[in-house]
Amino acid sequence: MAEAMKGIEKETVENAVAVTTVAAPTRTEPTAGRGAALRVEQAGISFGDFRAVQGIDLDIPAGEFLCLLGPSGCGKSTLLSAMAGFIEVSEGSLTADGAPVRGPDPELGMVFQSSEVLFDWMTVHQNVTFGPRMRGVSRAEQNRVADEFLGLVGLRHCADRYPGQLSGGMRQRVQIARVLANEPGVVLMDEPFGALDAQTRQVLQQETARIWEASGCTVVFVTHDIDEAILLADRVAVMTAGPAASIKSLYTVDLPRPRDESDPAALRLRNKLREDIGEEVRKAMRDQGLDDQLDREAKGA
Amino acid sequence: MTITTTEAPARTRTRPRRTKGRGGGQALRTIGLYVFAVLVGLGVWQLLAMKYGPSLVASPSQTLSAARELAADGTLGNSVIASSRRILIGWGLGVVVGAPVGLLIGQIRIVRLLLEPYTEFFRFIPPVAFVTLAVVWLGIGESSKVVLIFYTAVFIVTLNTSAGVMAVNESKLRAAASLGASRSQILRRVVLPSTVPYILTGARLAMGNSFLTIVSAEIVAAQVGLGSLIWTSRNYGRIDWVFVGIITLGILGLVYDRILRVIAMRVLRRYGAAV
Repeated sequence: MAEAMKGIEKETVENAVAVTTVAAPTRTEPTAGRGAALRVEQAGISFGDFRAVQGIDLDIPAGEFLCLLGPSGCGKSTLLSAMAGFIEVSEGSLTADGAPVRGPDPELGMVFQSSEVLFDWMTVHQNVTFGPRMRGVSRAEQNRVADEFLGLVGLRHCADRYPGQLSGGMRQRVQIARVLANEPGVVLMDEPFGALDAQTRQVLQQETARIWEASGCTVVFVTHDIDEAILLADRVAVMTAGPAASIKSLYTVDLPRPRDESDPAALRLRNKLREDIGEEVRKAMRDQGLDDQLDREAKGA
Repeated sequence: MTITTTEAPARTRTRPRRTKGRGGGQALRTIGLYVFAVLVGLGVWQLLAMKYGPSLVASPSQTLSAARELAADGTLGNSVIASSRRILIGWGLGVVVGAPVGLLIGQIRIVRLLLEPYTEFFRFIPPVAFVTLAVVWLGIGESSKVVLIFYTAVFIVTLNTSAGVMAVNESKLRAAASLGASRSQILRRVVLPSTVPYILTGARLAMGNSFLTIVSAEIVAAQVGLGSLIWTSRNYGRIDWVFVGIITLGILGLVYDRILRVIAMRVLRRYGAAV
């Protein structure tokens, strides 16, 4: 591959064969190897007459970190909800390690954007051990799990506190630990750092990369933040503006980790992603009858 | 007469509040304002009593001596115990039945659809409307009164609980399911704890309404009780006894509500930001 093109590979969705042949990035040794592969084929999700997403094809190999990137309201979260089994696909198929996703499953962990999903009446320790406790594992095992995963997110000292006593960033760490404590094959993350301040977000992004590499699970990460996607992803799937959103393009981010934002290849990728998304945002604004003149001026077009 | 003697301690209370200043004085200031408000009320009461005479309005001092008289022969104590007993049993049953029913209504669609016509219908019929039926059906014993209080309490608790269940954050339920909790585990471990604040609110409202109901429940054929005290006093033309009954009812309600509030605060602190 030419040096200038290093790190960027664009595949259009029409080129479906190429999409499926993308192997897991060679640079990562499959560490723990407990990731599960997700496969989405011609999936569409409708609510009554409203078609949220359609024609989604994604083949996510075990252990991959995939970012779903798109303008707000494009159906990224809807697609993620389907992957978590919260809603069913109306057409096409969605399988995890070959088995159709039929409902919520501890194998498919979900980290939500809002930390309101923590159980306020339980301590951090009780939150993190919720999954194992529901399976009826022994108290000793629960303590081991809490110790391991609170250690992983650096919150061992907060085990006896209640979520209400923690900051937003710490609450998201608890959420991540709680999901990982179930040792899921796939971790789905729905803009988990969207509500955090810039510094906290940056720290948590780095930690996410570290934890993902240590755990070896498959991650699907929804975001509208281009830099976040470049920092974390093996591949970035850009979605078109909704309704009836689909995957517009897929990029492979073949850059060394830990990622360096000032890497020229990263900068080039960012511009491409920005172009792709900008197009969709403008399209969405036109569809909503909004004038995109100001937007274009602001971009210096 | 009584007023001048009660004013004296109040003054000593208000004075340190002014000298002490901002910090710790806040609580004293609150108490001072309460005392002041009560004193003004007593003053107005005294003026009304002086204007209309003892046959219409018993003065504070007359009420106090009537209370002593009723307390001495045991009537007051027995009335308080009898009414409290009815309220606590009826209200307690109302909470014990109302909370689980509310949980089921909120959680299971079929139960909701089956019971909603009844909850929506009966909550508009005040307990007073059932006094006659209760006596005819259940006799003049304790059960008719307890059932009326129960009727008062159970709908409030049920409606509050089911509202609480339906207000549980949908993502919380999804998170629990995604972490591997079964339906019944979600109900016990997530829905119930999230609903506790609503159940407590329902219980408090129900307690207030039980006090509204107790008087009408005791209108008919009750030997003892604050409601019956108020009603029989009318027959003897003892306005001062009526005043004693009313004021005792108010104080009792206040005490019960305070106790519930303290318990609620304790519990809510644990259930934290759920509200």
